[in-house]
Amino acid sequence: MKQKNPFSPLEFVNKQVREIPPSGIRRFFDIAATMEDVISLGVGEPDFVTPWHIRSEAVRSLEKGRTYYTANAGLMELRQEIARYQEKNIHVSYDPKTEIVVTVGASEALDGALRALVEPGDEVLIPEPSFVCYKPCTVLAGGIPVPIETKAENGFKLTPELLRNAITEKTKLLVLPYPNNPTGGIMTEEDLSLIVPIIKEANIMVISDEIYSELTYTGKHVSIATFDGMKERTVVINGFSKAFAMTGWRLGYACAHPDVLSAILKIHQYGIMSASTFSQYAAIEALKHGRADIERMKEEYNIRRKFLVDALNEMGMTCFNPYGAFYVFPSIQKFHMTSEEFCQKLLEEQRLAVVPGTAFGDSGEGYVRISYAYSKESIAKALKRLEAFAKDH
Amino acid sequence: MEFTRKILSLLERNATYSPKDIAELLGAEESRVEEEIERLKDTGVILGTKTLINWDKIAPELTVAIIELKVTPQKGEGFDKIAREIYYFPEVRSVTLMSGGFDLSVTVVGNSMKDVAMFVGEKLSTLDTVVSTATHFVLKNYKVDGVFYTDEPEDERVITL
Repeated sequence: MKQKNPFSPLEFVNKQVREIPPSGIRRFFDIAATMEDVISLGVGEPDFVTPWHIRSEAVRSLEKGRTYYTANAGLMELRQEIARYQEKNIHVSYDPKTEIVVTVGASEALDGALRALVEPGDEVLIPEPSFVCYKPCTVLAGGIPVPIETKAENGFKLTPELLRNAITEKTKLLVLPYPNNPTGGIMTEEDLSLIVPIIKEANIMVISDEIYSELTYTGKHVSIATFDGMKERTVVINGFSKAFAMTGWRLGYACAHPDVLSAILKIHQYGIMSASTFSQYAAIEALKHGRADIERMKEEYNIRRKFLVDALNEMGMTCFNPYGAFYVFPSIQKFHMTSEEFCQKLLEEQRLAVVPGTAFGDSGEGYVRISYAYSKESIAKALKRLEAFAKDH
Repeated sequence: MEFTRKILSLLERNATYSPKDIAELLGAEESRVEEEIERLKDTGVILGTKTLINWDKIAPELTVAIIELKVTPQKGEGFDKIAREIYYFPEVRSVTLMSGGFDLSVTVVGNSMKDVAMFVGEKLSTLDTVVSTATHFVLKNYKVDGVFYTDEPEDERVITL
């Protein structure tokens, strides 16, 4: 009788999922976690705790017994506040009834938008280096990620040439990740004005990931949705994690044309139902009374940014001046190592953990990401170790 | 003014910042920062620099009390004279004129509750202008001058992506 193969759970795992490589940041920090006395400048979340008045609103909502689901798209009051916020900050009007959905973090909004738009074989343009989620989420949505390599000498911007060269018959949409993690690059109004006609001509959609929109240091963030005819072409994604230091609350949102929004909402409804209720009540408070908190945290980030950039340049690690987010992305070219080697050695020799640029796409080779979501004291301590490393190599 | 305020708020947060640190943080010339700090010292805006210490951890016997004083203000002198009579005592850490139910709030430090009580009884309540005293002993500090005295949780952030 023929022997049956032993049961192998792995065989049952979706092949596409199996083939997605693990996150480059994750893999590296699993090693760091096993070592002692490691200073990390690796995390991508604020070091600030959520402002107290926001936390206490969540507590109050629980005390009042508000423990039920909300509407699928989120509390109407929150959507109204989001509409007001968008109107004020990016000067685009969204109807809270039909054009806004509250999601479990901006990540869910991104995943939902990709799944709502992408069909098998569709190409999705992704400027790189950029956040690690775009590629795998595109693949899981059945699309084909097409990286666009941006350059330090262009401020890691998406230039019209780069965009034009990447567009094919199959291009469905462009992910616009600015202000950018990990480079700190931004797209100014002028930069955007140069790519808008190309997007329209190619007739593609845009997912604009604006999660770092509050953290720009040389002027106000401009959304591509403000351009004439771009509101309906763009899914604007934002959230509460970075601006209000609310990462653990898992709360974001997507704004889009009703036809697109209802598709995202359908996915959200079946997969998630609704974002957590107390987080939503906290978010209302954040939008109503959190402006001063944003400014206070931003000022602190800005101080650290200047401090870090100056120190790195002094060390001879050429550093593109980051205009947004809370990362610097210095070149490690002078060490003649790959990003992985550099980070590995830095961790082993100096117990300092930073993220290899390659975690954010192949074009991140030759760079590392250093986060300044740490106290100035931690940053100063880390810089001493980096200096010692630079001296040895 | 903006520049001055920024320097002061940095120093208020961390007195160990050197002019060089501040210059780096504000993107200004070190000499300009140095001059401004000197000027602020000369004009009495910057009064001094000390270390914030949680004495409970090292000398739990140290006793701090806040004493509410009701006093009779004096002609021509108001409260200033009586305040002066009080603040020259080395046991007195702070003297503040208050609105409301009493006049002066006085912070006194001693080596025991008895010490503090004796000081109040012998030195403060015997002053001519003092009408009454009410002594409140400090049991625990939670936050002083914007600094938490409780143990705050460590950095619990993990890498998620």
